Amino acid sequence: MSADTRYTGQEFKSVGTRPLRPDGIDKVTGRARFGADINLPGQLVGRILRSPHAHAAIRSIDTSKAEALPGVKAVITSADLPDLTDGNREMFDILDNCMARTHAYYDGHAVAAVAAVDAHTARQALKLIKVDYEVLPHVTDVDAAIAKGAPVLHKDCFTRGVEPKPRKASNIAYRSEFGHGDVDAGFAKADVIIERTFRTEQTHQGYIEPHACVASISPDGTGELWLCTQGHFVVRQHCAELLGLDVSKLRVTPTEIGGGFGGKTHVWAEPVALALSRKANRPVKLVMSRDEVFRASGPTSATSIDIRIGVTKKGRITAGDATLRYSSGPYLGMWAELGAMTSFACYDMKNVRTVGLEILVNRPKTTAYRAPSAPMAAFAVESMIDELAGRIGMDPLEMRILNAAKKGTRSSYGPVYGPIGIGPTLEAAREHPHMSAPLGKNQGRGMACGFWFNFGGQTCTDLNITPDGSVTLTVGTIDVGGARASLALVAAEELGIPYDQVRAVVGDTSSLGYNDMTDGSRGTFSSSMATIMSARNAITILRQRAARMWDIPVAKVIWEAGCAKAVGKKYDNLAPLTLAEIAAAAPKTGGPIAGHNELVADGAGVSFATHICDVEVDPETGRTQVVRYTVIQDAGKAVHPTYVEGQYQGGAAQGIGWALNEEYIYGEDGRLQNAGFLDYRIPVCSDLPMIDTQILEIPNPNHPYGIRGVGETSIVPPLAAIGNAVSNAFGVRMTHVPMSAPRILKALEEAARDASEVA
Amino acid sequence: MTQLVNTNINGDAVGFNCETDETLLDVLRNRVGLTGAKEGCGTGDCGACSVILDGTLVCACLVLGMEAEGRKVETVEGLSDGAELHPLQSKFIEHAALQCGICTPGFLMAAKALLKNNPDPTEEEIRYALAGNLCRCTGYDKIVRAVQATAAELRGG
Amino acid sequence: MARHDVKLWSALRPHAQGMDTVSIEANTIRELFTRLEASYPGMAPLITQGIAVSVNGTLYRDSWDTKLPDGAEVFLLPRIQGG
Repeated sequence: MSADTRYTGQEFKSVGTRPLRPDGIDKVTGRARFGADINLPGQLVGRILRSPHAHAAIRSIDTSKAEALPGVKAVITSADLPDLTDGNREMFDILDNCMARTHAYYDGHAVAAVAAVDAHTARQALKLIKVDYEVLPHVTDVDAAIAKGAPVLHKDCFTRGVEPKPRKASNIAYRSEFGHGDVDAGFAKADVIIERTFRTEQTHQGYIEPHACVASISPDGTGELWLCTQGHFVVRQHCAELLGLDVSKLRVTPTEIGGGFGGKTHVWAEPVALALSRKANRPVKLVMSRDEVFRASGPTSATSIDIRIGVTKKGRITAGDATLRYSSGPYLGMWAELGAMTSFACYDMKNVRTVGLEILVNRPKTTAYRAPSAPMAAFAVESMIDELAGRIGMDPLEMRILNAAKKGTRSSYGPVYGPIGIGPTLEAAREHPHMSAPLGKNQGRGMACGFWFNFGGQTCTDLNITPDGSVTLTVGTIDVGGARASLALVAAEELGIPYDQVRAVVGDTSSLGYNDMTDGSRGTFSSSMATIMSARNAITILRQRAARMWDIPVAKVIWEAGCAKAVGKKYDNLAPLTLAEIAAAAPKTGGPIAGHNELVADGAGVSFATHICDVEVDPETGRTQVVRYTVIQDAGKAVHPTYVEGQYQGGAAQGIGWALNEEYIYGEDGRLQNAGFLDYRIPVCSDLPMIDTQILEIPNPNHPYGIRGVGETSIVPPLAAIGNAVSNAFGVRMTHVPMSAPRILKALEEAARDASEVA
Repeated sequence: MTQLVNTNINGDAVGFNCETDETLLDVLRNRVGLTGAKEGCGTGDCGACSVILDGTLVCACLVLGMEAEGRKVETVEGLSDGAELHPLQSKFIEHAALQCGICTPGFLMAAKALLKNNPDPTEEEIRYALAGNLCRCTGYDKIVRAVQATAAELRGG
Repeated sequence: MARHDVKLWSALRPHAQGMDTVSIEANTIRELFTRLEASYPGMAPLITQGIAVSVNGTLYRDSWDTKLPDGAEVFLLPRIQGG
């Protein structure tokens, strides 16, 4: 039976306060254990050999010399990870990405691995592995990959989603389409139509902690794995499937996670570490270097987006049409599809069509990155909205308000919206003092909106009343940014006890039922729902125990302010029983007291944000600095407002880096040229201003406390907000992200040249 | 070639054996058992391994273990005075200046080095002093505020 | 039993003779899936893999018990991945 999870509008005592986080002290004293901080007795050092070629057939691999090196305990290739995927294409792609089989598909693709007694020996062993490659033509650029004559990555790739099935293999793996109305008729009604092509470069999630794990498999087929991940149950599932282990026999313990942002939702090195451990019969620790993190894990899509929007003189959008090409790496993903779904989601569009094309290229497999695929599509759409507003002489904010989707609007991806929150974020932007603050020399102000879906998923929690009446809460979703504090607040709220009386921990895979990953902004949304239900189940038992202690009917016991209270004339002289008193009597009243809950959290509701940004551009160098930034977003209910602010600020900062600096740069040889933090420059402290936040609280009707996910949406608007700010400062429309200094300088010079030609 | 190195870490005399190619970070993490300093890059770009060597802030991944001979090393593990947290540590928790926390040890050491030399830094001075430490979660806002609050407290404000 | 015009996203349409809307009687997601698979067997693998069901604009996973109220707009969409 599913529980009633509807919003009840209750008053809060704990939720909405800002207590200290439970993992704070460990993290400021160096005591917190992250992926690379785990060590087992007798562990070996694992290292991976990676392809230096963007595309090559693997003719043979000779590991004999490496195996003969003293201190080497195991060498593996794809032969040690046989294909057990039984026709499941998605799992096969994961396997092939973990360890290349017939072909290396990108610079950095794993081809072999060793486990040795120390790092020095492991490094030496890698050099002794001889791989006979047949280097093949490669393609890394998303547009070049579909040009005539481009090398085709997979001979069996016939574009899915096209009828009839194409006769020729290509790098277009999948075509998806969304929309409604009559786009041509819509454009016919437009007074102004603008058509442009936008490009965004590939970025990395850039978590500071490289992937790290320690794997240990015994000859009896039981195994343990410690790692940093966003989803240890998913890791268990994938690793067990790929290695042919019983799921129950693989215990996965998540460490603290040093950032993920979508990049730690997959497995890369973990199946390899397990296979090494199985072969060596010793624990194996495998930590990626930063170079490996960039070359072989993570990145988001590079994109190329053709877009056309028409408006009337009065600012009403009549039609929108977009074709979105997203690079997917060598394997099919749903990245362009998500771009196609999200692109026009902020607006009330009578006529809209979006086509997503998943493009295979010789780059690492594309992975989710915070509101995956939405920022690039929003860059195109939100830039165009500003440009159209300028063309018809309308305030871009007013044009957005005029066209904003609302309850009853058919979304561009299909369904009709229920109550949604883009309008309030725009109204809040209009009232915000940032909008009317004066600008300095060479400065411009821009704004943009963003949309993300948010979702829930399979979740369970255990809430145990300990013998002294304090409470342990075990959750199965990884805490990526303060969720343990939020969930302890929720448990405290429901039980009516102080926050300090609850200790929240993340359980390993053997201590709880299956949980989906922390992704889709679901961690606090889903686990708070399960925590509320767990607490309610515990309260039912606490009331029964109190009734037993009083020898009165349970119907005469209520739970109030952390105590059992007897009600009714006959009993109201009984002094309330505290949690501690009931817990102390538990051995005699029926044993341990706990509340559990398993559910599929649903009804997360869509999320919107509006950002305002001021930039200052140095006209001589093109260097652009964000000088003021404001995030306005709906949280439903901010459980711990400080950490909600943190999510808004962090997402905005990542978006700013994406907008101005970050990009994967490939050489003609198909090799990544900037696989390090020096050359792939994420924003540093001196690059950013304070990031102001405004939390709106429009309760989510599908959550008992009205909570919405807050983690992802804030990365969506910055690309366009900055592009619009640059445009407003200098009158140049930037269509290529990142808007690095050379690109902005070039745009400024071209604009100056055009102006002088006109003169 | 392994060599014995005698050094002082967080006030304690510590001797360790290390190879010539091992970094101070490798030694701290793998030989001394102090895993507070983190390896985010191994190339001095991220600052997650920041420690103070004879009073100077360094990336432990850019210092060889052998260079620690006869010198004083301060790491995040030595920041608190017994159970008494350093004001920076308290302020980082209070201001939520950490989300995932992987960069936190490095930021704390960098902020300590800053405040020792400049007890009353401007926001810009804080931002430039911490520019060698990467944080991907917070957007730095709350980190800067925590350092400002610590500076004010240490000045008796 | 309530009859719904069930809207299909592009990947499902080839399995429904190119139609973007099909009419199905169902009170729950389970009934919806059972009848969809019976009428359009080509959809079965996609349904098994996991799809999202939008009910009156709110996205749900494919939990069988989820109710489809009378007159609700039902829209089948790909299951979203997040970061």
